[in-house]
Amino acid sequence: MTAQPKIEVRDLRLSYGTREVIHGISFDIGHNEIFGIIGPAQSGKTSLLRCINRTIEFSAATTVSGTVKVDGQSVQKVRNVYELRRKIGMVAPLPVGLPLSIYDNVAFAPRCAGMTAKSDLDGLVEKCLQQAALWDEVKDRLDSLGTKLSGGQQQRLTIARALSHQPEILCLDEFSIAIDPVTTMRIEDVLKELRKEMTIILVTNLTQQARRLADRTMFLWNGEIIELDINDVIFGDTPKDQRTYDYVMGVFG
Amino acid sequence: MFTETPFVRKKRRAELIAKCFFGGMAAAMVIPLILIVGYVVIQGAPSLSWDFLTTNPRLGGIRGGIWSALVGTIYIVAISLCVSAPIGVFSAVYLNEYAKDNWFTRIVNLAVVNLAGVPSIVHGLFGLGAFVYAAGMGKSILSASLTLSIMTLPVIIASTKEALSAVPISFREACWNVGATRWQTIRRIVLPNSISGILTGVILQVSRTAGETAPVMLTGVATFKAIESNGLFLYNPLTDQCMALSMHLYYIATQANNAAPSLPYAIATVLLGVVLVVNATAIGVRAYLRSRKKW
Repeated sequence: MTAQPKIEVRDLRLSYGTREVIHGISFDIGHNEIFGIIGPAQSGKTSLLRCINRTIEFSAATTVSGTVKVDGQSVQKVRNVYELRRKIGMVAPLPVGLPLSIYDNVAFAPRCAGMTAKSDLDGLVEKCLQQAALWDEVKDRLDSLGTKLSGGQQQRLTIARALSHQPEILCLDEFSIAIDPVTTMRIEDVLKELRKEMTIILVTNLTQQARRLADRTMFLWNGEIIELDINDVIFGDTPKDQRTYDYVMGVFG
Repeated sequence: MFTETPFVRKKRRAELIAKCFFGGMAAAMVIPLILIVGYVVIQGAPSLSWDFLTTNPRLGGIRGGIWSALVGTIYIVAISLCVSAPIGVFSAVYLNEYAKDNWFTRIVNLAVVNLAGVPSIVHGLFGLGAFVYAAGMGKSILSASLTLSIMTLPVIIASTKEALSAVPISFREACWNVGATRWQTIRRIVLPNSISGILTGVILQVSRTAGETAPVMLTGVATFKAIESNGLFLYNPLTDQCMALSMHLYYIATQANNAAPSLPYAIATVLLGVVLVVNATAIGVRAYLRSRKKW
């Protein structure tokens, strides 16, 4: 009897119109795991994340088949999709500061979920901004606009917002694309802390980042899993597939 | 390093020509406005006075003021906007934020575009058939206002959709990702950031509503009707007919034989004044809301 995985994906297929971009992939992600996903552009990484929190539905003419289960429950059958999305924190590649104050950016999700007490919100906002390594830089100007922050700060604001609804799963889609290396390292340290509380899916173009952080890494290419294994194998000398070795070593891709 | 090659000279010349050309075109736009306004105001000046605005017309409109026409225009504009603004704005929100791309949405969008292209006299005929006769409202302020509402609706929908789609899609996605419903996204992010454009679009329809003659002529505007004792509220907006500035201008300019020559120009000046005041308000509101826009 194995423990139920946090996320179960079975034979997932996704088409945009008639073009199939994910060709029936299956994998599990365990509780409190950091799960790396690497692969070149157009390999279906972002689409996969959008299937998990069902924001794929906002794109026109998409067809999803197969199942994605979170905590054993199929996401396609979840009636309260907003509850599902609150369970999953999502950080997009390009930072999006909402046109609100820094405070309101972080308090947005809890407010949408019905939290109104100022004291609760204050505590939560501070906690999330600290986790995103942004608190010290903005604590004196929480009322200024989130959109006026620098790109790297906005990305950390996005991370704070993703944490603000206290998700059980955190999906980071190329989160470090707009952040300098030092801040990236600070956030990576934060992620190591956060894994005690949540499951983390780390989509990244930086293979070394997946190597540093993840327990297991999946190499996705053209909508298919080339290889999925623990990091020692994927980033070791003898991955099962030559393409994995080549990609990780920078021979192609 | 910075030598003047023939290519660079040519490029600079082309740049100068382009700038002058476009600037000249922009300046040319100002000329007709100045000529129209100037001509109308100068010609109308002899008839203009405070009494002209606030007294009823007499003798079929050729003597006295234009009070009842001014009040009628205000009534028609106000009622028609009260109908078309909410319907137009909310249906645009539906079309832009909720509607999926299916046959129903496409039909609605097609209808909006085509409705916007229907000539105003045809709207007038429709209003005559639908409101005056079929709905039994008779020739009344209400019929005229509703006819104008139908006429302005598609334009309000189009301008509102434009304003809504100017809000980046990434804002919406960020909201959906954290579990916000569509309505929460619209209320907290989309509407606050598009309200200036929406209001501008709505307010600009005021000038169209005030200026139309054909649709109101068929549906509820009389050539002559005084308000007793110059009061404001003697019109019954449901059943009465009224006068309107646009119709009054048309009538005096073409049908009345012995009116003072300055009278039509004076009416036109008042009509222009009403429109300019409303447009100035629109610009002010837009400037205020723009200054609060946050990205």
